Amino acid sequence: MTLTRRDVFVLGSAAFAGTALAGMPAFASATDDLIAEFTGGAEAGSGALVLTAPEIAENGNTVPIEVDAPGAVAVAIFADGNPVPAVATFNFGPLNPSRSASTRIRLAKSQNVIAVAKMEDGSFVRADAAVKVTIGGCGG
Amino acid sequence: MAEGVKPRVKVPKSASAGEVITIKTLISHKMESGQRKDGDGNPIARSIINRFVADFNGQNVIDVTLEPAISTNPYFQFEATVPESGEFTFTWYDDDGSVYETTKSIEVS
Repeated sequence: MTLTRRDVFVLGSAAFAGTALAGMPAFASATDDLIAEFTGGAEAGSGALVLTAPEIAENGNTVPIEVDAPGAVAVAIFADGNPVPAVATFNFGPLNPSRSASTRIRLAKSQNVIAVAKMEDGSFVRADAAVKVTIGGCGG
Repeated sequence: MAEGVKPRVKVPKSASAGEVITIKTLISHKMESGQRKDGDGNPIARSIINRFVADFNGQNVIDVTLEPAISTNPYFQFEATVPESGEFTFTWYDDDGSVYETTKSIEVS
């Protein structure tokens, strides 16, 4: 069989699509692994955790986010499309009444921001927010 | 020590006992993520603040672990209960071992 230019092109793009697809779940599982590490493998339900993030962020370098988790001991934030998915972990002390905090984060591209809260009774609560990013924040 | 690091904190000067106050903190720091490359394509080493702690009279208010995904000039806003007059201590820990600390006292009537 002789390879024409067209065949080579088709083969090449198929191979590219294959690697791209193989790459995507790896990213997602890195985030899932981190979440599992934080929860100790426990299933995170939904509940009294509010993650506030903008729907559209023009500048991925400073995306304001806020977590509000009454009754939480700690809240971990993850961004599943960043090269390093972990963003921050807030540990709340006894003098923190509302268990809420806000900060500014970097997002490399449009992706989901995930907050997982560890509650006082040892259960875990999860909240997701999809953020569209116009200009990525990783200097690439 | 990273250059030009300057912590700025906003705490009300006075409050009533048991009141919940809002605290805003900002520290100027470039938060180099370790992902960027310089003009020659060499990666720029990571240099970030990796931990921030706020205490009031020795009791913890918030303890944050920072990753490279926190923006330049890390900003935090949170709330605290003030049972009595005292002093807030804010501490930032740099990757290079430097520790930046600032204190604010509050009058509780």
